[in-house]
Amino acid sequence: MKVTAMDVYKLLPQTNCEECGEASCMAFATKLSDKEIALEKCSELDEKQFAKLEKLIAPAVREIAIGTGNKVKTIGGDEVLYRYEESYYNQTLFAIDVPDTLSDEDFDNKVNIIENTEFERTGEILTLDGIALRNKSGNATKFAKAAKKLKNAKYPVILCSFDPIAMDAALKEIGDERPLIYAANENNLNEMADLAIKYDCPITAFAPGDLEKLKELVFNLRSLGIKDIVLDPGTFTGNGIGDTIDNFVMCKRLAIEENDEDFRFPIIGIPALSKLDNTDEDISKDIMEATYASILINKYADALIIEGSEIWEMIPILTLRQGIYTDPRKPQAVDPGYYPIGDVDENSPVILTTNFALTFYTVEGDLKSAKSSCYILVLDTVGKAVDVAIAGGQFDGKAVADLLKDHKIEDTIKTRKMVIPGLAASVSGEIEDETGWDVLVGPRDSSAAADFIIEKF
Amino acid sequence: MDKISQLLKLMENTDSIEINEFRMDFEELELHLAPAIQQTIQQTIAKQEIIEKTLLSAGEFNPPIKEYPGKIAQVQLGDGTRKPVYLGGQESLYRFEQPQPNQPIVTFDVFDIPMPGLPRPIREHFEDVMESPGEWAKKAVKDYGANMVTMHLIGTGPKVMDKSPREGAQAVEEVLQAVKVPLVIGASGDPVKDPLVLEAAAEAAEGERCLLASANMDLDYKKVAKAALDYGHAVLSWSIIDVNMQKSLNKYLMNEGLKQTDIVMDPTTCALGYGIEFSIDVITRTRLGGLKGDPDLQMPMSSGTTNAWGSREAWMKNEAWGPTDYRGPLWEIMTGLTLMLNGVDIFMMLHPTSVKILREIGETFTKEYLTTDLPQIDNWISEL
Repeated sequence: MKVTAMDVYKLLPQTNCEECGEASCMAFATKLSDKEIALEKCSELDEKQFAKLEKLIAPAVREIAIGTGNKVKTIGGDEVLYRYEESYYNQTLFAIDVPDTLSDEDFDNKVNIIENTEFERTGEILTLDGIALRNKSGNATKFAKAAKKLKNAKYPVILCSFDPIAMDAALKEIGDERPLIYAANENNLNEMADLAIKYDCPITAFAPGDLEKLKELVFNLRSLGIKDIVLDPGTFTGNGIGDTIDNFVMCKRLAIEENDEDFRFPIIGIPALSKLDNTDEDISKDIMEATYASILINKYADALIIEGSEIWEMIPILTLRQGIYTDPRKPQAVDPGYYPIGDVDENSPVILTTNFALTFYTVEGDLKSAKSSCYILVLDTVGKAVDVAIAGGQFDGKAVADLLKDHKIEDTIKTRKMVIPGLAASVSGEIEDETGWDVLVGPRDSSAAADFIIEKF
Repeated sequence: MDKISQLLKLMENTDSIEINEFRMDFEELELHLAPAIQQTIQQTIAKQEIIEKTLLSAGEFNPPIKEYPGKIAQVQLGDGTRKPVYLGGQESLYRFEQPQPNQPIVTFDVFDIPMPGLPRPIREHFEDVMESPGEWAKKAVKDYGANMVTMHLIGTGPKVMDKSPREGAQAVEEVLQAVKVPLVIGASGDPVKDPLVLEAAAEAAEGERCLLASANMDLDYKKVAKAALDYGHAVLSWSIIDVNMQKSLNKYLMNEGLKQTDIVMDPTTCALGYGIEFSIDVITRTRLGGLKGDPDLQMPMSSGTTNAWGSREAWMKNEAWGPTDYRGPLWEIMTGLTLMLNGVDIFMMLHPTSVKILREIGETFTKEYLTTDLPQIDNWISEL
């Protein structure tokens, strides 16, 4: 449940001392409930009041940092079950599986691929976030040796072993970098808990398909004073995916709606487990792994371990994550008006698009990479894409005429001809009528826009 | 270091020792437990106590199951010579609360004209049948297990081939002859002509209970509603990512005489990477609204998942992105699955792989929680 400014205000000193930089305690309360100011800014709280407030404003799902320094990644922090209610926080961490049985060369290659995988969308570089080192060998020395090699890796590490001796050996190498310990189960709970305490690292509780057991494990860890816990309710693939979804949803619902202290932790999913099934060929397995990853990104995983690292598998899930974790409170729009690309003068070609950020950045990127020189006219479609804006009535002749007028475009640009998106063909006539400009219906996809301008403009 | 110290050092992390083939002969024995050993024993006992204590005091686990005052209407598609399928009927949001009575349905897109513009990964499956809507539909059902087929009468578009409504109706008849699955009938997207095309098609398919796609605010939805009522079909109620627009349109359609059980909603599918989060939000709010009891939102939902293929990441050749053979289907799978997880009941799709995967995952939605044989994953770390 979301904490209101009123809930916070009640616990504040209510002296309006302005020490925090805010005009009143109510203003401070509003900012605090929106996570826009730190509680420490209030100087008049005693220890008890501070603790009370800290508990009140703690997110429903605890935020946990993995890694240290410049390679820290934070997971968890969610307050709502549905993104439209507020926003999701801290996007799902993508860690790629690296077994400790790989040869030195293969090991370095895989780490290299993980660190260099990136994909640009809407002006943002999307990347992976972590390395899941897996003790496939069952050998402590091998595991520790592999862990040592990750000391200089770009991303934080998840150490995967059920053997406390192997875990200890690996932690001796990189325990000071706050790797995530994976995992404590019912057989090794106390030994793993000791390691989490000794090295001050976050720890995963693993109880596949049994939420009651999971609750028990977490309760044990909490009883030992451990605060940073990650939940693994088990990722079953194939026909088991239904139960996996149920378990993930229940964990998050227990945290957010039921305030169950044993479930108020981030969840880790392991799409890599789809590869335990040996019946499919490799390509189908990669497709299935990406499919399961997309399910778990939708339904509440805060971190994922993925085996494959093919770029065609990564692009769709990176894109999905970017969309789902976009803050719905911030409009996905750029300012309407005109934007010069390359070397322009008053007679340069003019190309029209919407102010939906994704559309604009795609068109801009295409024109820039083709070294085009032109103006992009940006219509205010309240952040809607071309086809949606046309259906919704924001993209029509009148709106384009108003755009030219409001931004005095005819004073700057002498061109009287514009290229409109192929998807806007149905309104080409009315744009001509309302603006008096010539209208060329351009390609449906802006990747062909630069060539279109050269050939047709 | 003396022998005992060495031994203790070795035993530092040991909880128990097993001694094999050991024999001692003596007449009188006095045991002195070294302090270190005593300490170890105490620690072990303490540890056991912790385990016992915490296991006992862990709070009771209660699955977070909720009650919903509303119910989603069940819509029948297919009648007469078709074997019916059913959409909707949910009384809860998630399977662990109550499994949904009907599995999500996938309907294969078929067109009344050859579609040279379809991306290659799709064309290569249907190239041999594109000249004939009947053969196309047959292949979708026989080879790729389609639950339903969507007959898109694209050719009736004034700017496409301007085929007459009568010609559109003939294509529908051809498909009705060719397959026995229920049909969605789509027009070309021309607001003036679509109602006429749908009317003619509805008449040709009288009594077969097709889904007429679509009624929306931009066209004569009354004509579409009337065609459905006169010839026994259901109507797709299409709004543009706007819950209030959807509610109004549903109300208008019900004023024309359609019931909840005659309407399927299309809140608009924005593809993965092209605003899918807007679709997620609207679909989530619509389904929650229906379950909370809003009668204007208690209909099943549809997704034009095919929109995914409009995304350049799905179809554009680009070596740096890997082959479209995998990228394309994944784009369609993720677009569809994302919406399925948020409440959509029927999916209009194009690629056989995407259709297969969505159907398989959709089937699990009707099963009871924890009644499936789960794979053994306890030792995945060494087995993977």
